[in-house]
Amino acid sequence: MAGGQPGPPCGERGMTDMKDIWLDDGLTQVPFAVYDDQDIYARERERLFQGPTWNILGLECEVPEPSDYKTTYLGDIPVVLVRGKDGVLKAFENRCAHRGALLCLERFGNAKAFTCVYHAWSYNHDGELIGVAFQNGIQGEGGMGEGFRREDHGLRQVKIAVLAGLVFGSFDEAVPPLEDYLGPDIVARIHRVLPRPPKILGYFTQTLRNNWKLYAENVRDPYHASILHLFFTTFRVNRLSQKGGIIVSENGGHHVSYSMLDPGTADDSDYDAAKLRADSEFGLKEPRLLDGRDEFNDGITLQILSVFPNLVLQQVRNSLVVRQIVPQGVDQADVVWTTYGFDDDDEELMDLRLMQSNFVGPAGYISMEDGAVGNFIQRALPGTKGETSVVMMGGEDVASMASRATETSIRGFWKAYRNLMAI
Amino acid sequence: MPPDNNPIGIVSGLLADYAHCIDSDELERWPDFFTEQARYRITTTFNHERGLPVGIIDAKNRNMLEDRVAALRKANIYEPQRYRHIISVVRITGESGGLVQAEAGFIVVRTMIDGRQELFVSGRYLDSIDLSGERAVFTEKLVVLDSDKIDTLLAIPL
Repeated sequence: MAGGQPGPPCGERGMTDMKDIWLDDGLTQVPFAVYDDQDIYARERERLFQGPTWNILGLECEVPEPSDYKTTYLGDIPVVLVRGKDGVLKAFENRCAHRGALLCLERFGNAKAFTCVYHAWSYNHDGELIGVAFQNGIQGEGGMGEGFRREDHGLRQVKIAVLAGLVFGSFDEAVPPLEDYLGPDIVARIHRVLPRPPKILGYFTQTLRNNWKLYAENVRDPYHASILHLFFTTFRVNRLSQKGGIIVSENGGHHVSYSMLDPGTADDSDYDAAKLRADSEFGLKEPRLLDGRDEFNDGITLQILSVFPNLVLQQVRNSLVVRQIVPQGVDQADVVWTTYGFDDDDEELMDLRLMQSNFVGPAGYISMEDGAVGNFIQRALPGTKGETSVVMMGGEDVASMASRATETSIRGFWKAYRNLMAI
Repeated sequence: MPPDNNPIGIVSGLLADYAHCIDSDELERWPDFFTEQARYRITTTFNHERGLPVGIIDAKNRNMLEDRVAALRKANIYEPQRYRHIISVVRITGESGGLVQAEAGFIVVRTMIDGRQELFVSGRYLDSIDLSGERAVFTEKLVVLDSDKIDTLLAIPL
């Protein structure tokens, strides 16, 4: 497996070279180098994931009690999210300040303090170093030098912000407040699918054999949905001719794509004209799969929302999922799927959620292809030196629009990306 | 005891036929291994141990298995690939009223059309099997994967 392994050593690319990667100042020609260049990957780690961005770390309900913790990643950097004894959420890098070993190995747990297995350095919930084994030596011999002060060796802090039960983290103290970062449209659409505290229904992780950005683009690409995913179109779970639209945030990085099931008004003549595979004779023996409930009382049956850089929040009918993108080296990424519902779900609604989980995830009728298509691009990269992809559907700029035959939110991603990366 | 009355023997034979059906790409026959109201669900050890209900695949009856096969044949896009199931010795964990509960470990090696070949998943089958009829059939098949991670996609059933 190539994924996850450090690439061949190569010199730090100068700023001038980085600028040369992009052909122009526009957003319609994305250089393929961004998907396999080790220097760019390293720069993303510095400027995106440790820069002024908010990264999804999990859900508040995953650490409900004081001292509950969860290990996760910010970019590809291991972090621990913990609820302090005072009930306040905190996070810090999951790395002992002594020799740099992982501090916390469990996915979830409850701990009064975090003690490194290697030399038993221990930390409180604020990440402060509270104990060093044999700090004063043994029987007066050895021990830490006089210059050693525990307060100098705390864990690197992650700033936390919570919105609608979602926990975001940032390594950058100067990151704007979360709601400013997201903008009002995105905030409203997050509240829409998280109107009350969620309840976790289960997890799974999908390993993608491609650069993380190919997935970030895929979720911002409503153009492909009705073409690659035949299941979608055949059963009118989503067709581009349905009522819906795209919202792109001011900075470009976040988006919402939504649609309403309205087969009565859908005009399919463009599908016929394009001879797309949308008119197969395919019927379901168990049509209950397509049942749904208008649980948010607005007729919207599909909402895909992204927050730059690593969150996707998904409603496919009554299937609700938080997806966290975790880069695993330049050519691999994990998508962590956290399925949720609500405490007051009745049996029928719970049944719909479980039934409709068949749509999503690595075996999902309408999302399994997304796991493979990024890899189709990754495998074709060797011949792309100096080449770019074409991102011109729906114009050249970044704007919200009613039509979903557009790549506007992909351009939005690259707008935010280029700004932060300064390339 | 004659071999055809021994539940371990019958269940082993059923699992061997089941694996052969999937591994030789005879998926149209796959739903026939289940009763009409059978539940087929793929989950992970992590979810299973915590009682978290969501499935990677969750079929509530045989019709949904037939839909799954139809979607794989006609709708879903995935690279040509084959599985090779290796199934452990069977353990009978319960028996009552013509039904037996059985558990078996398995690994699946996935081979892509270009020759790439990897251990895809390991896990265990927690099966409930009806032995009262002419041939043994699953009334429930719970596939519990050892790992949370699925590489790329899970198209063909396990």
